[in-house]
Amino acid sequence: MRLALDKDLPGWRKAILALAASAMLWWTAVPASAESVPAAQAIADFKLDNGLEVVVIPDRRAPVVTHMLWYKVGGADEAPGKSGIAHFFEHLMFKGTKTTPQGEFSLKVAEIGGSENAFTSNDYTAYYQQVSPDALATMMALEADRMRNLILTDEVIGPERDVILEERGSRVENDPGSLLSEEIDATLYQNHPYRIPVIGWLHEIEQLNRLDATAFYDRFYAPNNAVLVVAGDVDAATVRTLAEATYGQVPRGPVLPPRVRPREPEQNTARTVTLRDARVSQPSYQRSWVVPSYTSGTREGLAGESEALDLLSEILGGGLRSRLHQELVVKQGIASSAGAYYQGTTLDDTDITVYGSPRGSATLKDVETAVDAEIARLIAEGVTDAELGRAKNRFLRSLIFARDSQAGMARIYGSTLTTGGTIGDIDAWPERIRAVTAADIQAVAKKYLDASRSVTGYLLPAEGDAG
Amino acid sequence: MIAKGNFMHMIQFPPRAFGSAVLIAVLMAFCVLPARAGVEIQDVTSPQGVKAWLVEDYSVPIVSIRFAFKGGSTQDPAGKEGLANLMTGLFDEGAGDLDSDTFQLRLDDAGSEMSFSAGYDQVSGSMRMLAETQDEAFALLRMAILTPRFDPAPVNRIRDQIVAGIEAGALDPATKSDIAWAEALYDGHPYARRDEGTAATLASITPADLKAFHARTFARSNLVVGVVGAIDAETLGRRLDELFASLPAEAELVPVPRADIKLGQEIRVDYDLPQTTLQLAYPGIERNDPQFFAAYLMNHILGGGTFSSWLFNEIREKRGLAYGIGSSLANREYSSALVIGTATRSDRAAEALELIRAEVRRMAETGPTEAELDFAKKYVTGAYAINNLDSSAAIARTLVELQIDGLGIDYIDRRSGLIAAVTLDEVKAAAKRLLTTEPAVMIVGPAAKAAPAPSSGAIQ
Repeated sequence: MRLALDKDLPGWRKAILALAASAMLWWTAVPASAESVPAAQAIADFKLDNGLEVVVIPDRRAPVVTHMLWYKVGGADEAPGKSGIAHFFEHLMFKGTKTTPQGEFSLKVAEIGGSENAFTSNDYTAYYQQVSPDALATMMALEADRMRNLILTDEVIGPERDVILEERGSRVENDPGSLLSEEIDATLYQNHPYRIPVIGWLHEIEQLNRLDATAFYDRFYAPNNAVLVVAGDVDAATVRTLAEATYGQVPRGPVLPPRVRPREPEQNTARTVTLRDARVSQPSYQRSWVVPSYTSGTREGLAGESEALDLLSEILGGGLRSRLHQELVVKQGIASSAGAYYQGTTLDDTDITVYGSPRGSATLKDVETAVDAEIARLIAEGVTDAELGRAKNRFLRSLIFARDSQAGMARIYGSTLTTGGTIGDIDAWPERIRAVTAADIQAVAKKYLDASRSVTGYLLPAEGDAG
Repeated sequence: MIAKGNFMHMIQFPPRAFGSAVLIAVLMAFCVLPARAGVEIQDVTSPQGVKAWLVEDYSVPIVSIRFAFKGGSTQDPAGKEGLANLMTGLFDEGAGDLDSDTFQLRLDDAGSEMSFSAGYDQVSGSMRMLAETQDEAFALLRMAILTPRFDPAPVNRIRDQIVAGIEAGALDPATKSDIAWAEALYDGHPYARRDEGTAATLASITPADLKAFHARTFARSNLVVGVVGAIDAETLGRRLDELFASLPAEAELVPVPRADIKLGQEIRVDYDLPQTTLQLAYPGIERNDPQFFAAYLMNHILGGGTFSSWLFNEIREKRGLAYGIGSSLANREYSSALVIGTATRSDRAAEALELIRAEVRRMAETGPTEAELDFAKKYVTGAYAINNLDSSAAIARTLVELQIDGLGIDYIDRRSGLIAAVTLDEVKAAAKRLLTTEPAVMIVGPAAKAAPAPSSGAIQ
C-alpha cells in the first residue's frame, strides 16, 4: 500500500536509503562478528601494486557475482563552474574504448542475462555488473579497459549531454520536492561543495564539453584512486589472479592531493527557504542542521558523535516506533507523516533532518511546533534506556539482514572505503553502537539541534496561508 | 515529506517514466529460477493440508516468508473503494489480545519486519525474521493473519494518513495522469478505480466492513505461500498450520470480468511542464498463451530493460531525447497490454512520439533479425538467477508469483527449453499480432507544444 513508506519500518528504511541514496553506516554488515558466519565468508582486502584496493565478499548461495568498481571522486570534487561533470562523466563511461566499440560492453552484459548500472554521489562514482561467475573475468577486463582507454568525441558527448538534461528534467524540474531540496542544500552549505547538486546546475550542464570530460578523466580515473569490490560466488584467490591480469596492467595515475574541501563557517542564523508550486496541495517542511559524519567526526576529534547522531535520529524519527511518529501521527493526530534522518557515510560534515506534514484540521505550524516540543523534551530529559536498547537492537539486527543481499554488502564496503572509512571501521561499528549511552545522545541533541542555527525548507501550495 | 534526494543518479530509467499503474513490471509475473542455480524448491504440505514452496538455506540465520491471497482491490465493493488497501495498513495495528502499541513493541523486540500490501489482484504479506527469535515472530504473524483487531482509533488514523496522501497528490501531474490513464484504458472495470480509494469512499468504510472483507478474502482456497531460509520442511509444516489452518476453507470472491483495454484513443493531460510524458498501450498477450514467449522476446528486443533495445537506441542513444524509455508486457489477472513509456523535452515530444511509432511499425512490418532474437534469448534465459536470487526476500517473492501464475514447480526446468524453441517466424507473428492495432496514447505536458494526433485514424 502506498502508506508503507511512512509507516512500515522496513519500508521506511528502504525509503531512507533511497532518499539519502548512500549506504548508511548503520546498515553496515559485520562479517567478523560472532553471529555464526561460516569461515568461507571471510572478507579479503588487499592492494595491487598500482594502488588499486580490492575487497572480496564471498557469498556462495547462488551462482551470481556482483562486480563493482568505485572511484574516489564525486560531485564535491568538481572544479568550480563545472557542476555535473562527475555525473556526466559516469554516462560517458558507457561510450566505448579504443578496443571496445560503443555499446559492446553493455551487449556483453546483456548477452548473458547480466545487469549493469552506475551511480554518482557527492563523494564517489561507482560502476557495477551482476553476472554469472564465469563472466567475471570478462567484466574485469572491460572495466579495466575503460578506466584508461575511453574515446571521447564531440559526436558522443552532444547527445549524452541532452540525455542528462532530460534526466535533470525528470528528477528535478518535474518534482517540486527535488527543486526545494536543491535550494535547501545550497542554503545549508554555504561554503562546502555539498551545496551544489550532484546532477549539476542546469546552466553549467549546458556548457560541459569534451575538454572538461578529458581533464576530469585524466585526473581522477586511475587504479590508485579506485576500490574494487567483488561480492558473491567467488573466492579471494581467484579475484586476486583476475585483478592482477586486468586492473593490474593499468599504470598508476597521478598522485592526487588529499580531498580537502572548503569547510563551513560557523552558522549563527536561522535560514528559511520557501517554495510555492502549483503541483503541491499538501504543505510540508523539513529542518536541517550540519553535523559531523563518521569520517569528519573522527578527523575533527569528535569520534563517537556520529554513532550518537545515528541513534538520535532513529529514536527521534526513525520509523513508526519513533517519538515523532508516535507523538505527532499516533497520539496527537496532527501529522500525516513526521520523522528524522541522518546520513553518516560522507567524507565531510553531513546533516541531520526532521520533517513533517499536517493532516486533518492541523496546520503546518502545529506540526512544526510539536516537532520543536519533542526536540526540546529530548534535550531536557534525554532518552530512556528502553528506547535506546530497542534502537540499538534494530541497528544490530540490520547487520544480519544485510548479509542477505550481496549487492547491498558490496555497496556498504564501497561507500565506506570511498568516504574515508576503513574495513576496521565497519568491523568496529557494532561495538561502537553498543557503547553509546543515553547521555551521549542527549549531548549531541543539545549541541546540534538548535533552531536558531538551522535551515528550514517549506514546500507549499501555490496559493494560501503557509499555515 | 520533502525528499532529500539528489545524492545518486542512476543511469537507468527514472521511475516517473514508468509511473503508470499499467506498467507494473511483468517480469516478476513469470520469473523463474534456472536449474543451474542449484535452488531446490520443496513442495511442502502441512499436517492439516496447507501447501507452501520452500527453499531451505542456512547460510544466513534468517527466515523469509511471503504469501498472497488472491482477490485484492478488485474485490472492493462499489462505494467502498480503498478497502483492501486500508486493511493492509492495519495488520500491525493490533491483533488478538494485543492493542496497536503492544503489538508493535513485541514485533520490534522479536527482531522481525512484517509488511502487507494490496494489489489489484491479490493481498500480499511478508515477514523477515531472525531464525533465533522465530517462535515469537511466527506467533505475532499468526495473530495478524487470523485475528486482526481493526480497532476504531488505528482505523481512523491510517485512513486519515491515506486521505492525506491522496490530497497531497491532487495537483501532481504524474498522479493525475495515472488516474486519467487507468480510467480511459479500463473504462467501467474495477481496474479503472484507484485502489487506494477516494476521500469519500474511505470515509464510508467501517471496522465492520474491514472485518467482513478480511473474513471473506483470507481463506485457504486462494492462498499461496513461499518460504526461504533457515527452516526445514517439517518445522515449516507446523508453522503453516499455526498460521493458516484455521482460516475458512473457501474464499468468497466476487467474480471479476475480463478487462478489454480501450485502445485507439488519445488522452491528453495539459500541464505546463518542461517535460512531456508519453505512454502508449497496445494489445498484450495472456500468460498461458502458447505464443507468450514469442511476444516476450519481441518486447524485449523492442524496449526491454537493457541498454540495447530498439527504443533505447533510437530515442536515447542516437538523439538524446530521453533519459528513460522502455516497453513491457503488463499482465494482470484479467487483462494484458504491451505498454511503452518515456519522458522527453516538451518541444520535441512530437518527434519522440513519431520515432516510437516508427520503431513499432518496423517491428510489426519487418521484425527482428535472427541474430537479434538469439541475443534476446540469451539474455532472457540468463537473467533470472541474477534478477531473482539476489536475496531471500526476492526468492520468496518468486515462489509466490510462480504459484499465482500456475506455472508448476517443474517450470524452472522447462523454461529454458520453452525460450529456445521460439522461432523467428513466431516472433514476427507476435509483433504483427500485438503492434498493428492503433494504440491508446497519453500525452502529459503543455497543450501548445503537445504532439500531433497519431498519424493514422481511429481516434475517438
